[in-house]
Amino acid sequence: MTPLLQVKGVTKRYGARLGCGDVSFDLWPGEVMGIVGESGSGKSTLLSCLAGHLAPDEGQVIFDTRAEGPQDVLTMSEPARRMLGRTDWAFVHQNPRDGLRMGVSAGANVGERLMAVGARHYGQIREQAVDWLGRVEIAPDRVDDRPRAFSGGMQQRLQIARNLVTGPRLVFMDEPTGGLDVSVQARLLDLLRGLVREMGLSAIIVTHDLAVVRLLADRLMVMKGGRVVETGLTDQVLDDPQHGYTQLLVSSVLQV
Amino acid sequence: MTETAYNFAYLDEQTKRMIRRAILKGVAIPGYQVPFASREMPMPYGWGTGGVQVTAACLTPADTLKVIDQGADDTTNAVSIRKFFQRTAQVAVTEHTAEASVIQTRHRIPEAPLTEGQILVYQVPIPEPLRFLEPRETETRKMHALEEYGLMHVKLYEDIAHNGEISTAYAYPVKVEGRYVMDPSPIPKFDNPRLESAAIQLFGAGREQRIYAIPPYTQVVSLDFEDYPFEASKADHPCDLCGCGTSYLDEVIVDDDGGRMFVCSDTDFCATRRAEGHRGRLAGEDLAEELA
Ligand SMILES: [Zn+2]
Repeated sequence: MTPLLQVKGVTKRYGARLGCGDVSFDLWPGEVMGIVGESGSGKSTLLSCLAGHLAPDEGQVIFDTRAEGPQDVLTMSEPARRMLGRTDWAFVHQNPRDGLRMGVSAGANVGERLMAVGARHYGQIREQAVDWLGRVEIAPDRVDDRPRAFSGGMQQRLQIARNLVTGPRLVFMDEPTGGLDVSVQARLLDLLRGLVREMGLSAIIVTHDLAVVRLLADRLMVMKGGRVVETGLTDQVLDDPQHGYTQLLVSSVLQV
Repeated sequence: MTETAYNFAYLDEQTKRMIRRAILKGVAIPGYQVPFASREMPMPYGWGTGGVQVTAACLTPADTLKVIDQGADDTTNAVSIRKFFQRTAQVAVTEHTAEASVIQTRHRIPEAPLTEGQILVYQVPIPEPLRFLEPRETETRKMHALEEYGLMHVKLYEDIAHNGEISTAYAYPVKVEGRYVMDPSPIPKFDNPRLESAAIQLFGAGREQRIYAIPPYTQVVSLDFEDYPFEASKADHPCDLCGCGTSYLDEVIVDDDGGRMFVCSDTDFCATRRAEGHRGRLAGEDLAEELA
């Protein structure tokens, strides 16, 4: 089997400061990788590099494309990379406002990716939008409402629907539960876990919240100061942390 | 200053050459927005400075110019632009579409079919059809370059979701020669089918500094959905003056009691028909004369 994503020696510097250094890992189809660390640990820089939002100084990010097999997305042509961004890839932002079009209806938000890949039948686009709203627990009668009228949790669920409607093979998530109330977080996590299982999604989730990775991630990477300090199966890392920093992270959670 | 202090058609030759290069590029790449260095014109933006510069670059002393605003030759805007070129270029002017070699227009395409050799110049306020949903210029340019036009359909989707039909009635987006999506300027969508024309069509946006073009016989397709096809709709009336059942109509309030009538927005077209003896519902001789 070929890994869905092969990350090799990805390094990003901001002048003298290290964003992330020499990060390598493979992501297998259907696998969810969690990347944890505090702010400034380099996890968000790494995610931006992997998702093509930021050009790393060194390294390769090789994605197993449908048409041509494994391709380095960093050296891919921009049109090809953008095409990937609206078909096989999805990106869920921490702030739903960054991932939604606030000025158009929920239905149009979900339908946009379908139209971007050529859907031209209004009735069918709308049908799929309503179906996806249902899957993220948004009532169908909200399909024509703008996201502005939605709560934070609903906006985040709408962003997820908008991203998943084209059946992407790889989903990047940046603190998907950040900024939400605890009870809302729990519901969203539940929903995400259901979708990940049901769709067999492959995902890379960046978070500072160990509860998120405990619930969603198969494997875990712990980052500190731009470096990966520990990696392993989620339960293993959380239950028996080896690195001092990981031990600190885990214990600080237990104190809460 | 005396009038001879102006160069022919106001702009200096250097500037006209620059604009012509932009026009030629636009003609070579139908529907593509060509940047150009828009000049100050002796009229405010919003008064057709883009169209005026394109017209100035196209005019020769042998040309006959027609200027219309919303189909009419006699509005303030049309009259002042026509006078401007009479003074600065001493060209012949006309109100008859068939006699004009260059027609500058705002918001309409003349009803009479245009012919080879004619140039139709549009005044354009906002050239970027994607701006509605994507305000970033760097991003819209990229979207054009990569043919990422899904966003245009998001706009049409919203129309249907909120109004039950594609309610965009003006500046209805088109795809030119299967490649670039283009804003045809705020003409009514009724005019869209006539964007496929024997004439050269040039679009000038002064404030936005863009020129684009549709060469003769270029394919121009109005965007739509399979289950909501494009319709070139108009008011469901014949013209009350000339009786024409196929022309684009303006609704006119005629008295204090809310009485109204529908008349051709193309004044030359309507007058020509009446001169040929066509009569509409309210074309009592007096009324027709009053409005003429
Ligand atoms: Zn008429």
